[in-house]
Amino acid sequence: MFENLSEKLQRVFKNLRGEGKLTAENMESALREIRVALLEADVHFRVVKQLIENIKQKAMGEEVLTALSPSQQVVKIVHEELIKILGSHQSKLRFANEPPTVIFIVGLQGSGKTTTTGKLARWLSKNGHSPLMVSVDVYRPAAREQLSVIGRELKLPVYEGTPGETTPADLARGARKEATNTGRDVVLIDTAGRLHIDEDLMKELQELKGLLSPTEILFVADAMTGQDAVKSADEFHKRLGITGVILTKMDGDARGGAALSIRTVTNQPLKFVGVGEKFDAIEPFHPDRVASRILGMGDVLSIIEKVEEQIDQKKAEEMQRKLLENEFTLEDFRDQIRQLRKLGPLESILSMMPQVGILKDLKNVKVDEKEITRVVAIIDSMTPQERANHMIINGSRRRRIARGSGTTVQEVNQLLKQYAQMRKMMKSFSGGFLGKRLGKMKLPDILGQRL
Amino acid sequence: MIQTLFGSVPTQPSLLERLKSGVQRTRQGLVSQLETVLAGRKEIDAELLEELEYTLISADIGVRTTTEVLEIIRQRVDRKLVGDAGELRQLIQNHLIEVLQATERPLPRVTTPPAVVMVVGVNGTGKTTTIGKLARLYREEGRSVLLCAADTFRAAAIEQLEIWGQRTSTEVIRQKPGADPSAVLFDAIQAGKSRKIDYVIADTAGRLHTKSNLMAELEKMRRTASRLIPGAPHEVLLVMDATTGQNGLEQARRFTETSGVTGIVLTKLDGTAKGGVVIPIARELNLPIRYVGVGEKPEDLLPFEPEKFVASLFEA
Ligand SMILES: Nc1nc2c(ncn2[C@@H]2O[C@H](COP(=O)(O)OP(=O)(O)OP(=O)(O)O)[C@@H](O)[C@H]2O)c(=O)[nH]1
Ligand SMILES: Nc1nc2c(ncn2[C@@H]2O[C@H](COP(=O)(O)OP(=O)(O)OP(=O)(O)O)[C@@H](O)[C@H]2O)c(=O)[nH]1
Ligand SMILES: [Mg+2]
Ligand SMILES: [Mg+2]
Repeated sequence: MFENLSEKLQRVFKNLRGEGKLTAENMESALREIRVALLEADVHFRVVKQLIENIKQKAMGEEVLTALSPSQQVVKIVHEELIKILGSHQSKLRFANEPPTVIFIVGLQGSGKTTTTGKLARWLSKNGHSPLMVSVDVYRPAAREQLSVIGRELKLPVYEGTPGETTPADLARGARKEATNTGRDVVLIDTAGRLHIDEDLMKELQELKGLLSPTEILFVADAMTGQDAVKSADEFHKRLGITGVILTKMDGDARGGAALSIRTVTNQPLKFVGVGEKFDAIEPFHPDRVASRILGMGDVLSIIEKVEEQIDQKKAEEMQRKLLENEFTLEDFRDQIRQLRKLGPLESILSMMPQVGILKDLKNVKVDEKEITRVVAIIDSMTPQERANHMIINGSRRRRIARGSGTTVQEVNQLLKQYAQMRKMMKSFSGGFLGKRLGKMKLPDILGQRL
Repeated sequence: MIQTLFGSVPTQPSLLERLKSGVQRTRQGLVSQLETVLAGRKEIDAELLEELEYTLISADIGVRTTTEVLEIIRQRVDRKLVGDAGELRQLIQNHLIEVLQATERPLPRVTTPPAVVMVVGVNGTGKTTTIGKLARLYREEGRSVLLCAADTFRAAAIEQLEIWGQRTSTEVIRQKPGADPSAVLFDAIQAGKSRKIDYVIADTAGRLHTKSNLMAELEKMRRTASRLIPGAPHEVLLVMDATTGQNGLEQARRFTETSGVTGIVLTKLDGTAKGGVVIPIARELNLPIRYVGVGEKPEDLLPFEPEKFVASLFEA
């Protein structure tokens, strides 16, 4: 559908002279593309404007990394900037000191509140809590029945109220009492959908809040929401002081730019995302994933996931540490190549990665499986000491390695040069977004570039 | 101060602060600006164009459509075909109205009732509610209506439709939760035929357009309908929530591909969302908007009027 930002930027920088570095001139075109990408993802106009300002300053302030192409570098900055707004890590639900903890589920009509109530109840009970659900939606046809059906399906209790309890306040209070009496530690209150400009219904929520002092007021928002997200979220927050956001319907193909808008106007954390209609379809919020998705770079995630599945986690972490501390040996290098090859043909892996897509456009980049085999052969012919410390590989050792691996001394030289460059480059990444990922995902394009 | 390759720049106030003041400023700015514009005193300048861009984009018209519309306008301004900003605004409105009017087409004529109306869309847009409203509308016109509870998936979806049936004194054909939606539709159309009912309106479960198995289910329902009545379903209404952003275009595209959408119902226009995504939908898919939903009550369904709709896009 949409071209992703990487691809767009790739085009921008290719069409410009001075590809080597970020300049005020080429940044202008890049920023235009970033703006379009963010608007297409439904990030609010004003939020985009401010983001562009920030990105511009960041980009101009950035030291030019020779190892990265300008588009890679810009993508990295944008991605980091989005994560900064979205929050650097997922935040957990909070609980009251004195049970029961009361949680309000609020939001516009049809955003997914009732379904999310069921999902949270299930999630809580799986995590050692005993939730009680109650619907205080006395307006929509069959709204309360909907939650009762969900409760039966999940085999979790729903407070049905007494015949006398007809108002939201009655029902909510009744449920809290019931929870206290039956030793339930969390009361989930599913509220009726309402417009943020509905004075009466917004007041109703404010009164409910006064009555029940909820620990969490979770605003449930549809991931498909467009520009209006700022208005509704802002108003709910002003009226109620929401404490968190749940983004639903993320199982579709909406970019979810509303997440940025909502986070910006409310400054409240995103806590969960809904990824389906079933009650187990809820996940903790991952800022980096949502950021990539907003930029249309979901592919990068699937490759990361694929890599993560295949690569031994401990090993990867160890590798990462080594990379950052510049202890990355030729032995490690060979290990990495082997790991990567387990994923399938490098071409197909590389094509899934936008950064590599950029590299692929460069003339001298060609992924050659044979070359990779040759690199492995060269490293295989080294002694363990040589692999641990490449500095000791002098002329005679190079000749021996070339003979042993059936290659030429020039090829051995080239590999060693590339390896040294790579170490240097990795050092310059340390700490940043790439640094964190390095052990797991940056290697393929390094290979792509060098071999 | 932040050091950059281009010298140092002062640190900015927080994004939130700027955003908030920005939104307020713009709202006031736009209103007052358009007022002066209407009085014909203000010249067209970059600032005004940016305000117009803001107006269009924040109505969810989309950046591409907005750019194209503004480009058309810009050309006219360059050729001095536009005198003042008032004319400019009018020009944009007229253009958008034309885009919407171009999709208008008469309702299909049904010679042998029942007319079968299928109501489809992604989750939570207002399908079931819209069916309740349609039932009321048709009943007011003196027609007989049968509702078909073909959302057999979502919790209490059948009960919800039944309450709408009671509200509008309309019978609902139902089966058990989990039943095959096509089987329920089959029953409903058969009942409609034998009882000489004017309209059979089928509720369907909300589904994301990306789920191919669920989209295939809609195709199956269509086939069931057309086997019983050639030419059915006569209308397939895609219910879209006005708060929907750019994803709406893809929704419309995919539902049209698989279930032959004939028109759109734009719901929740009683909120602050403008529903501007129907403009790119009209341009690219040529789908007419049949009705708008403006509330949760049975009477909150109105025919779509392009002029009013476009005017509302420009209201702050
Ligand atoms: N695909 C998908 N559908 C969802 C998700 N969350 C909720 N839904 C669906 O969205 C629709 C509306 O969900 P509800 O839970 O009834 O929404 P609500 O906010 O309680 O609605 P009101 O009470 O009428 O305002 C239903 O069809 C749900 O199955 C999600 O994460 N993914
Ligand atoms: N304010 C407002 N609310 C509406 C409108 N139309 C529907 N709603 C509300 O939106 C929510 C969802 O409506 P439903 O009719 O259940 O939506 P649906 O598309 O059938 O939902 P699923 O079957 O779960 O996919 C309900 O709370 C409705 O009352 C409208 O025009 N304006
Ligand atoms: Mg509900
Ligand atoms: Mg429904």
